[in-house]
Amino acid sequence: MRLQQRLTIVVNGQQHEVFAAPETPLLYVLRNELGLNGPRFGCGLAQCGACTVLLDGRAIRSCSTPVADAADAHVTTLEGLSENGQLHPLQEAFIAEQAAQCGYCMSGMIMTGAALLAQTPNPTEEEIRRALAANLCRCGTHLRIVRAIKRAAEVMA
Amino acid sequence: MNGIATVHDETNYVLTRRQLLQSAGAVIVTFSLSRAFRGSALAQSATAQRELDESQVDSWLAVASDGRVTVYCGKVELGTGIRTALAQIVAEELDVPFERVEMIMGDTATTPDQGYTAGSKSIQVAGPVLQRAAAEARAVLVARASDRLGEPVTRLTVRDGVVSVVNDASKSVSYGELAGSGFDRSFTVGEDGGVSGTAPLKDPKDYTIVGKSFARVDIPPKVTGQPSYVQDVRIDGMLHGRIVRPPLRTFTGVGAVVESVDESSVADVPGLVQVVRNGNFIGVVAEREEQAIEAARKLKVTWRLTETLPEHENLYEYLRTLPVSEEETVADAGDVETALASAARTLEATYLWPFQAHASMGPSCAVADVRPDSVQIWSSTQGVYPLRGAIAQLLGRDEETVRVIHVEGAGCYGHNGFDDVAADAALLSQAVGRPVRVQWMREDEFAYEPKGPAMVIDLRGGLDESGNVVAWDYTVLTPGHSTRPGGQAGNLLAGQLIDPPAPEPPIRHGGGNRNALHLYAFPNNRIITRWLDSTVLRQSALRSLGGMANTTAVECFLDELAAAAGADPIEFRLRYLTDPRAIDVVKKVAEASGWDTRPAGAASNGSVARGRGVAFSRYESEFTYVAVVAEVEVDRSTGRVRVDRVVVAHDCGRIINPDGLTNQIEGNVIQGVSRALKEEITWNAEGLTSLDWESYPILTFPEVPTVEVALIDRPELPPLGAGEPAHCNIAAAIGNAIFDATGARLRTVPFTPERVKAALG
Repeated sequence: MRLQQRLTIVVNGQQHEVFAAPETPLLYVLRNELGLNGPRFGCGLAQCGACTVLLDGRAIRSCSTPVADAADAHVTTLEGLSENGQLHPLQEAFIAEQAAQCGYCMSGMIMTGAALLAQTPNPTEEEIRRALAANLCRCGTHLRIVRAIKRAAEVMA
Repeated sequence: MNGIATVHDETNYVLTRRQLLQSAGAVIVTFSLSRAFRGSALAQSATAQRELDESQVDSWLAVASDGRVTVYCGKVELGTGIRTALAQIVAEELDVPFERVEMIMGDTATTPDQGYTAGSKSIQVAGPVLQRAAAEARAVLVARASDRLGEPVTRLTVRDGVVSVVNDASKSVSYGELAGSGFDRSFTVGEDGGVSGTAPLKDPKDYTIVGKSFARVDIPPKVTGQPSYVQDVRIDGMLHGRIVRPPLRTFTGVGAVVESVDESSVADVPGLVQVVRNGNFIGVVAEREEQAIEAARKLKVTWRLTETLPEHENLYEYLRTLPVSEEETVADAGDVETALASAARTLEATYLWPFQAHASMGPSCAVADVRPDSVQIWSSTQGVYPLRGAIAQLLGRDEETVRVIHVEGAGCYGHNGFDDVAADAALLSQAVGRPVRVQWMREDEFAYEPKGPAMVIDLRGGLDESGNVVAWDYTVLTPGHSTRPGGQAGNLLAGQLIDPPAPEPPIRHGGGNRNALHLYAFPNNRIITRWLDSTVLRQSALRSLGGMANTTAVECFLDELAAAAGADPIEFRLRYLTDPRAIDVVKKVAEASGWDTRPAGAASNGSVARGRGVAFSRYESEFTYVAVVAEVEVDRSTGRVRVDRVVVAHDCGRIINPDGLTNQIEGNVIQGVSRALKEEITWNAEGLTSLDWESYPILTFPEVPTVEVALIDRPELPPLGAGEPAHCNIAAAIGNAIFDATGARLRTVPFTPERVKAALG
């Protein structure tokens, strides 16, 4: 790993100076440097989606994206979805549908849902399932997660 | 920074029991944390005086002068919603608003020892204890109100934590005003954990909180990214550790010996603090997480492998060659051999269950702060006390100087790596003298979490001329399903790796014959458990333990007998069930699913065959009743099975929170479909080959069936568990549906396309 450098990244609308080797996965910088909890380590292999954040609005796997790749982009995490203390419709919907058991995958589900709704504001159930096909949930909360995203889409429409 | 949980240095935050009892005053330090995380006791000072005698009301709950109720519960939240449901039980019995109850769960310094949070026993076991404590507390408060108001207890009523005189609300006093310094009242806790006392319990007819779908208190902080999990615990001065394992993933986790460690291989890793070696336990500690990961990957260790194990393809033959250490007769009614000999028709079958993983979404993680005279562990363990004993033994410390605090992890579904990683963190923290956070990598989790073990089940059955079952002969070959810490360092992976290794813990049988004792009234009925001491991989409790394998064998073989008798599978089951609650769930699932009465195996033609199957079980043969119908589509050309719809009828007695219960049942179903269709731990000569989500795939969104849940509420009966019962039936219902669709009987789980194609012939 190369030596640590001072890097500037924009996360949830705020510019941060961080000190990390450029190839460090973005996830560790978000969690350990910025103290964010939304993105979670699940596999480190871009297989499960627990670490999903938005990079310029696109859902990416922060566990396998070098922090340097985020240097010129806007990163949004779960924490950045709510504005002025007002929950995002997806967050509201996940509460309304009680779409969690352990909830460990939920941040990734919500961020993937946010990217989906930005592209497809009124998705069918099948489209939601397809969009989440590479996001894993072990508790078996899938049906509630699908309902929550559908509910959020209706509210946002 | 806003939202970060930081535990500041507290000079005496680990207190002995004696100190706890001596210290005065209840100081609850609150950080700006979510309710759930605060409740995890991360931010709670141990200077609170805590009584831990389980027969004392004060051990379980406290009422503050502002009327807030704090419950101290030895069970922990595993993502099943018990933080919410148990609070409902307390709020109901105490007559306070739900929002006023806060749960502290799983902390050896503050909560009574309630063993493990496991076996679908939280509501079933902790529910009645908390209900009793709340009832006794209410009685004390009402008696105090009686003195205060000068009115007899019979003239008093309680609403929302305010005691008032019937028909004269102007005379009232709040719980907060009555709380004082505690309750000083005891109740009786029996040997079996059953509780009794003098205060009357509320009539379930009057419930306003129990039985309602209160929203889970832990979900809002989780959807906003508040610190909620053990992975989010951050301690001042904390370092990051990783464990270095043999490159060939060994089977038991201990089948390799370290010959040499070349520390120069990590000399260039920035931030490296120390390479820690103790026998075959090797770890690295670094300032930053990514540095610890890099060091663990780069460290050159020469290993000598000491294991030879059977080929995966020959697993079940191999299991049959292992010595049986105990043969247990679970049931032996009538004369099975004679009945089989005289039966008009006999059937024989063997059902095979694979090794499966808990496969938690978040790899195991713990934070340890080991100091010269105190130890603090933050862990997602299912049992803070049994882990405390094991850690104390591992470190050679007095148990009372060790504090284990539960913080939620990702869902675990049983005993995965959470106890092991706590030991890893403790050894590393001890070595470097600073707090250390260890999080296993994904491949560590798959390779080293203890697995749900493989099992072999042999059955024979006999039918008479009229197609009635005259004989049932069942033998399950299984190891014990728990290697939980139990206060023994030898049950922790690290304890087995250090030099000298921790004492070898006793081998425990149990769990492997769960649900083998069916409820069917067969005249000749024999059920035998053949216990193995060990098998191939290190094993421990996975959701329902042997319950899923046994229910699969029982319910699929019963279906085989029904098909041989030309009977409808539901009618056939009802013939042999006598328990009215069992009959109710079976009838309910038939009705809810729109069951089409006919003999199974009326195979449809065409390239895609459709079928439905049923399965019934009673959890542990004595608790929750569940009946499940699964509908499947089988693609004959590919062997691919798609489960379209699953209907569950469920009777767990009194329902505390219907939506929370439904959520659990949905999870039982979906995870059950995943285990039935896809999951199997594999290996080759090089070691384990199930190391990530590609090599151990689980069910994905497009594959998830619709789930319909029909709840049977029995408010007058005690509440039973729901975290596992429905899980047991899923593979059986699917296997029976595949048979119904195609006439092919699958007897080896998982029902992969290859196996289905082979069975189709």
